[in-house]
Amino acid sequence: MSLVARVLEAGGVSTVTFTAARDIAASAGNPRQIFLNYPLGSPAGRPHDPENQHQVLRAGLKLLEEADRPGIIVDLPFVWSEDTTWMDKFMTDEQPFLSDEAEQVRQELLEKARAQKKNNAQQTQ
Amino acid sequence: MDYIRYIEKTHEYYRQQGYDKTYNYAHNEFIPFTPLKKPLSEARVTLVTTASFVLMDKEGRPLEEPGFGGTNELEVFTAPSDWPAEQLMSTSGDHDRYQTDMEDVDAFFPTTRMRELLAEGVFGSLSKDYYRTLPNYSQRKTTEVDGPEVLRRCLEDNVDVALLTPV
Repeated sequence: MSLVARVLEAGGVSTVTFTAARDIAASAGNPRQIFLNYPLGSPAGRPHDPENQHQVLRAGLKLLEEADRPGIIVDLPFVWSEDTTWMDKFMTDEQPFLSDEAEQVRQELLEKARAQKKNNAQQTQ
Repeated sequence: MDYIRYIEKTHEYYRQQGYDKTYNYAHNEFIPFTPLKKPLSEARVTLVTTASFVLMDKEGRPLEEPGFGGTNELEVFTAPSDWPAEQLMSTSGDHDRYQTDMEDVDAFFPTTRMRELLAEGVFGSLSKDYYRTLPNYSQRKTTEVDGPEVLRRCLEDNVDVALLTPV
């Protein structure tokens, strides 16, 4: 996503990226990053909590207005849970990122989409 | 502050799985930058995400058969910006499913919150469409094909600002 942000900035569109993976966006050279230390899946605020979602978005808008140079990262103070073991457990044998079934379905759908795309390309030739 | 170092964690994960090659995360020193050109209250704003979803009708029936990541295209996918969140269903699998689910669309695709901000006069206007690109599958393609396609559509619609929500 940071690579899309870079293309947009280079083309004259101002961006702010709401991230859960601070290091990935920073490494990619993200122009403006709002980091929310929540588990992957809720970059725009806590689910079912419109107030928190507004706080996150408004932090991004403030950064848009105030940033005077590229690469600024704002670390938001919100805490997902007092118990921080979710950070240790992520991507371990106990809690693998994708279940075997999920990965299998993903690969099948990807194959199907590729085949369809190839088919479309042949038809337009 | 303690937070997950995803790059380190991914490398370690692949090493443990016995792969000698791991995912190569993008690394750039130079960062392009476009300062905000006008007050937000006059700006046209869009939303770009990597989350996948399908559009549904009012009865909750999908308007298309879910394909890869919820769309039948591998490239840029658009959704009308006034499409109600209740008629969007996420098919993303790239979240921490032990901690959260993708039920509240606004937590990763804040379309309802954007309309509220528009109604408050925080934004000048919202773009006609919102965009979705695939995550993490080809840096070259993101930079050379999908990114430029999103840019082209943004410029065509006079978009000033993009809010990005990777999932």
